[in-house]
Amino acid sequence: MNELFNFTEVFDNLDKILSGFWATIRLASVTAVLALIIGTVLVSFRVSPTPVLRGVGTVVVNVLRNTPLTLVALLCVSGLSDVLKVTFSDTPSVNGYWWAVTALSVYTGAFVSEALRSGVNTVPLGQAEAARSIGLTFGQSLRMIILPQAFRAVIGPLGSVLIAMIKNTTIVAAVAYGVDAVSEMKIMFFDLGASLPIFIGFAIGYLILTLPAGFFFGWLAKRMAVAR
Amino acid sequence: MTDSAGGPDLTKGGGGPQDDTPGGGPLVVVENVNKHFGDLHVLRDINLTVQRGEVVVVIGPSGSGKSTLCRSINRLEPIDSGKILIDGRELPKEGKELARLRSDVGMVFQSFNLFAHKTILENVTLGPVKVRKQDKQASEKHAMELLERVGIANQAHKYPAQLSGGQQQRVAIARSLAMKPKVMLFDEPTSALDPEMINEVLDVMTSLAREGMTMIVVTHEMGFARKAAQKVVFMADGQIVESNTPEEFFTNPQTERAQDFLSKILTH
Repeated sequence: MNELFNFTEVFDNLDKILSGFWATIRLASVTAVLALIIGTVLVSFRVSPTPVLRGVGTVVVNVLRNTPLTLVALLCVSGLSDVLKVTFSDTPSVNGYWWAVTALSVYTGAFVSEALRSGVNTVPLGQAEAARSIGLTFGQSLRMIILPQAFRAVIGPLGSVLIAMIKNTTIVAAVAYGVDAVSEMKIMFFDLGASLPIFIGFAIGYLILTLPAGFFFGWLAKRMAVAR
Repeated sequence: MTDSAGGPDLTKGGGGPQDDTPGGGPLVVVENVNKHFGDLHVLRDINLTVQRGEVVVVIGPSGSGKSTLCRSINRLEPIDSGKILIDGRELPKEGKELARLRSDVGMVFQSFNLFAHKTILENVTLGPVKVRKQDKQASEKHAMELLERVGIANQAHKYPAQLSGGQQQRVAIARSLAMKPKVMLFDEPTSALDPEMINEVLDVMTSLAREGMTMIVVTHEMGFARKAAQKVVFMADGQIVESNTPEEFFTNPQTERAQDFLSKILTH
């Protein structure tokens, strides 16, 4: 029983655990920015007046959203990087990092796009008409009127998407990169033997990342809500 | 509503409607316009000419196509056939050209449609700054004059949801005026308002009409039609049934359809 709850191992290896989570944070923060950009571009396609763009947006979003992340990551690493030799860098770890970021951000971008699209639907049609009637082009009214309100309407759901993204870093890291908190945990299990305290230590680490993120988005959603 | 005297003249000034193409032909020409919503023929061979400075009121029972006509003049509703000319130029298809034409045609909606995430002042300056590429400070100064003129300058930094319906609609009018439009379209501007707020909006519209703004107004406000309009157009079932001066139309309607409509709205 004492063995099970002996956390000295965790504290002895705190530096390794922290460096693992630092890798997770580096992966997640860059991915979050890219996923938001990709999601915004995709939703612009999906609500565009041009049928071709709408079609492209719909296909891309549905393919990405309905493919397991493991496959997306494998396609990137094995297919594009290893077989087709499309590489970001000659250094394997740098190349792996950017392919992991790419796989996760396009995958998450599809979910961001869908969240935003439901946000676009909360903006009354009349505001788009008013924007057009003062002479704004479609792009201008999307950028200045529709999307700012759509974003504010879906901050809550976007928070869920980003929390899922933080947890999904474990998948792309496993497939493509091999450097993150869970990878670090596996190395420690290999070196020290699997132990419940180490496992719990890592689980708490993820909670420390995701719980505040959830609270932050909840707070932001309230603060940014558009009064109608 | 504040006294209109002493306010800046809304229809004149730099880039205003009177400056370009002086003395040209009619400002708005609608020629043989037809439109369908599915099987429904909502506009049947509509012909309408609006002169510079003219105020035309469009009335008629609901479903008669009057809103659709109003919205088709700045192509919020595309038409199936016929021609619509604004200041001698035919309405362009989608794209930058259309956006530019729309900036010359003010539009006021039944549901105000203010930009909910922007302050009153930002609502009014957005068009001048982003479409006309005017200097921000000059636009704000002009916007404040317009807000002063419609009586809500003291609310400039509030958000639309904090204002009453009547105030929101007056902001919407100021937002359109900020673009110095050649013609203003009003699509039932008072239909969503509480009775006591209708007058504050009609007062602004009446003084606009007096100052020579060209206006096309879809409304049920017969008092406004009598007071401000030069022409009343009566629509029913997608057609213009009757077109006359307000005096003639209200006292001596020619068609049975118009007589029937007037008897229903004027007897109580």
